[in-house]
Order: sequence, then structure tokens, then C-alpha cells
Amino acid sequence: MMLAQFLQFLFSGITVGATYALAALGFTLIYNASNVINFAQGEFIMLGGMLAVFFTQAGLPLPVALVLAILIPAIVGVIIEKLAIEPVKGAETVTLIIITIGASLVIRGLTAVIFGKNTHSLPAFSGETPINILGATLMPQSLWVLGITALVVVALWYYFNRTLQGKAMLATSYNRLAAELVGINTGWVLFMSFAMSAALGALGGILLTPITMTSYDVGIMLGLKGFVSAVLGGLGNGLGAVVGGLLVGILEAMGAGYISSAYKDAIPFVLILFILFFMPRGLFGGKSTDRV
Amino acid sequence: MKKSVYNGLYVVIAILLVLPFVMPNSFYLDLAVRMAINAVIVLGLNLLIGFAGQISLGHAGFLGIGAYASAVLPTHFGWHPLLAMGAGAVATGVLAALVARPIFKLKGNYLAMATLGLGIIINIALRNEAQWTGGPDGMPVPAMGLFGFELSNDKQWYWVVAILLSVSVWASLNLIDSPFGRALRALHGSEVASQVVGVDVVRYKVAIFVLSAVFASLMGSVTAHYVGFVSPNFADFFHSIELVTMVVIGGMASVYGSLVGAVLLTALPQALATFEGWETVVFGAILMLSMIFLPKGLVPTLAAKFGKGE
Repeated sequence: MMLAQFLQFLFSGITVGATYALAALGFTLIYNASNVINFAQGEFIMLGGMLAVFFTQAGLPLPVALVLAILIPAIVGVIIEKLAIEPVKGAETVTLIIITIGASLVIRGLTAVIFGKNTHSLPAFSGETPINILGATLMPQSLWVLGITALVVVALWYYFNRTLQGKAMLATSYNRLAAELVGINTGWVLFMSFAMSAALGALGGILLTPITMTSYDVGIMLGLKGFVSAVLGGLGNGLGAVVGGLLVGILEAMGAGYISSAYKDAIPFVLILFILFFMPRGLFGGKSTDRV
Repeated sequence: MKKSVYNGLYVVIAILLVLPFVMPNSFYLDLAVRMAINAVIVLGLNLLIGFAGQISLGHAGFLGIGAYASAVLPTHFGWHPLLAMGAGAVATGVLAALVARPIFKLKGNYLAMATLGLGIIINIALRNEAQWTGGPDGMPVPAMGLFGFELSNDKQWYWVVAILLSVSVWASLNLIDSPFGRALRALHGSEVASQVVGVDVVRYKVAIFVLSAVFASLMGSVTAHYVGFVSPNFADFFHSIELVTMVVIGGMASVYGSLVGAVLLTALPQALATFEGWETVVFGAILMLSMIFLPKGLVPTLAAKFGKGE
């Protein structure tokens, strides 16, 4: 019985954690390309879920709806980059934080105006018949979340290590000036990082919606937890983002189950304070983050 | 200090003296009180963000501690409101001092994250300890009494807050010009350089963090008594952002900028009420536009334009 309960918490932790990992990867992409913490990341997650709901309700077949629900946030991400981030290159951290928070408010406000303030859900992709594993139940949707997250991680790894475009992005994150000197179009890199980051967030939001439901205001908490995951893994480190996401998800689920469900949302933030106090570079962050 | 800097203080006092007599109705008086309260908080926060260059995204949490101390201690334990207010300020100061040392080893985005986390934890605690705090619904706050005299109407509150604001502006101007203020500005400019000339960087950062947190806590208590009600929204993430935005829009490292920022952003939601449903969109757009086009903030930008430094 003890084991079944533990497994149950572990399953739900890993499932939610996988979507935090996608959000954390999004933070990482943008942070590497521009040194900006994008506070609108959570809104991309929300947008993915809300658009998926909207398009399926409008009668579009599920695959088409899902593609649109990823594509539109990606376009929104690019618009933010072009209109609000690029014009203030090199601004102070506070300025950039407020700009991205402003963007998140615009997205959230527009979503509330267009889709209303109700809570929505999406049918699970392949039924609701739970799978029994050692007394704990696993929903098929969790397998979708884990499978797709794993695919995305592999695809990103391939992109950054095996393709020229990916390597160009990586080079820019290490040293922008040097990358420019060898002829990399860093403007394009910035553009791509926002598009990919928004798409990743939206994908996470879509996958999560059948499990936790969505509404116009779920973005803040999801975004902040993605952020915690990214910092936990060492801001700017892709592998760290994934491990950080899973870890935050699992600790949150365990904390909710064994300690107090009321303080579930506080757990990631207590964790992050400890991590920052005792290992300010996160679990995997070897790279110096000071840019004097 | 150039004497001309105090001219601004005289203008502020003059405006505060005239304001209640030209106010068309109590709606505007209420707005003025809330503007002044925010202005005091923003003055303290600007010392931290603008002058010392250290961001805090969790200041509403400190506000919340003060507000709830003023609600919980008199209600559940029969404390005198002034004593409760002091206890809130002390608790905030101790908490800020405890976390300040590890926090200020961090910089930039990491510092933002740590302070944000702290603020959110405070908010979640206020939401969950329902037996003391009333949970998400909040709780009423007993009236503030002083020597048998009870602060009851907006006019009395206005004068109390106006005095607090005048004193805060005066104190901020003096602080900035003191050796302490010069040390703060030095470490904003370059931490390494200020360490070289013997500034104990961490000690100053901790001191200014504690000071601005206590400022926020005290004003949290004042707000709680003025409104007569507290809710966890006092301490939420969005409120912290609003406060930081007031600092930045008015002008970083500008005393009068803090006042302008507080006045504008307190009035903004009222002005936006006409946009029915679109408030959040317009508010977000204003944040973005002002940061893109006025990254230094209103007052420093205008001052530079008309050739007068502060």
C-alpha cells in the first residue's frame, strides 16, 4: 500500500514535471540567446491549452487544432521579440523583466476578452482507461506527456548538436560578439529562440490541459514553476532544465501527498530559495552567469 | 547638498497642503490617500532598486506581513494597533535581515528570482493559515486609535499620510546625500570598485534591503487600518510588480520620480475602468511602451530634456 501510494505521487509528479521541463527549456532558450528572463513564458503555456480547446470546440480535427495551438503562440513569441525585446537591446534587468511582464498581461487580458474567464478542459488524447501498475494508476494522458516530452528533448539535442542552425544558436549563447564575428546572424537566433520557446511552452500547455484543466489565468503559476525548474537546473542549461522540471514536479507531488496539499504551490519556491542560497549556480550550472 | 533639491520637498508639501481643499469629492480624497501610501513604499523600494541597484520582486510580501500583523494581533490577541504595527515592522526587519545575506550573494535575475520566491511563500502562508488570517477571503482590521482619539474618516487619514509622505521625502533626500547614500550609489555603479575603496558592499545591501522592507511593512499596516480590511492580494506577486513598475516608470534613483510613479500607477486602474474588460491589456501595453520608450523613467528623462539634473 505504501509503495502504491508512493508510485501514485511519483507518476503525477513526473507528468506535471515534464510540462515544467518544457517551460524550463523555453526559459533556457531565450535566456541563452538574449540574457532575458521571459516572464511571459507561462502565458505561452496557457495559450497553447486555451487555443487547443477553442479550435477543437470549433470542430477542427484534433491534429490540426494542436498544430495551430502551437503555431499561433510561436508567432506571438516572435512578435514580442520583434516589437519589445529587440528595440531595448542591452537594457537593465529590471526594464526587461517589466517588459515581459507587460507582454504577459497583454496576452492574458486578450485571452480573457476573447475566450472568457471560464475554466476549460480537453478530452484526453487516447481515452481515460487507467493503467494499473503495482496498485497505482497511470492515466494514458501521462504517457502522452512523457513520450512527447522525451521526443522533444531528443529533437532539441539533435538540433543543437548536429545541425548548423542549432550550432549557430549555441555559439551565440556562449559569446554573442564572437558569433557575430564568424558571420552568425544573431538577430535570427533571437527570433528562433522566441519562436521555439513559445512553441515548447504551448506544447506543454496542450499536453497538460486534459489533466489539470486550463483558464486564462493559469499562466503565472505554471510559468513561475517552469522558471524555478530552469534555475534549479542551472539557468541556461538544457539538460538541467529537464532534470529541474522533473524534480520540481516530483517534489511538489510528494510534498502535496506527504506534507501538506495546501502548501503544494509553496514547495517549488522554498526549494529555489535553498538552491540559490547553497548552490547559486543551480544543480548543473558550471558556466559563469555574471556579465559585468 | 544643493539647496535646490529641497525646493522639490517644499513643492510636495505645498501640494499636500492645498490638495484637500480643491478635492471635488471623497472619491478623490481616497485616491490621494492611496497615492501617498504607495509613494512612501515606492520611496523605500527606489532606495533599494534605483540607488543600490538591487531588485526585489517580493516587496508586497513585506507589505503583507505589516498588514496582517495589524489585523491578526489586535483581533486575536487584543494587542494595541500601534504595538501590532511595531511588531510587524520588527518581524519584517528580522526576516529581511535573515534572508538578506544569502540573497545578496546573488545578482540580477537570480536576485529577482529569490525575492520573488520569498514574496510568494509569504503570500501562500497568508492564504493558508485561515484560522488566523481568514484565508483567501481576508479579514477585517480594527480601527487605529491614538491616545483615545480614533482615526475614522478619510480627511484625518489624509493628514496622517501627508505627514508620513513629507517626512519620507525629507528623509530620503538626506539619506541619499549622506555617506550611506553615497556608498549605495557607488555599489550600484561598480561593486568591485566600491569594494576597492573600502565600502562593505554586503553590509550596505543588507541595510538598505532591511530598511526598505520595514518601510513597506509599516505602510502595509497603515493601508490595512485605512482600508479596514486585509486580503492576501495585498501580498501577491502582481502587487510586487506594480510597486517595482512605479519605481521604474517614475524614474530609478529619483526621489521625485518615485512620487510621480506612485501617483500615475495608482490613478491608472481608475482611468482604465472605462475600458471594461480591456484593463489588463491596456495596463500591460502601457508597461511595455513606457519601458521601451522611457527606460530611464519619466522624471529623469524630462529632467535631462530640460537640462536640469536632479
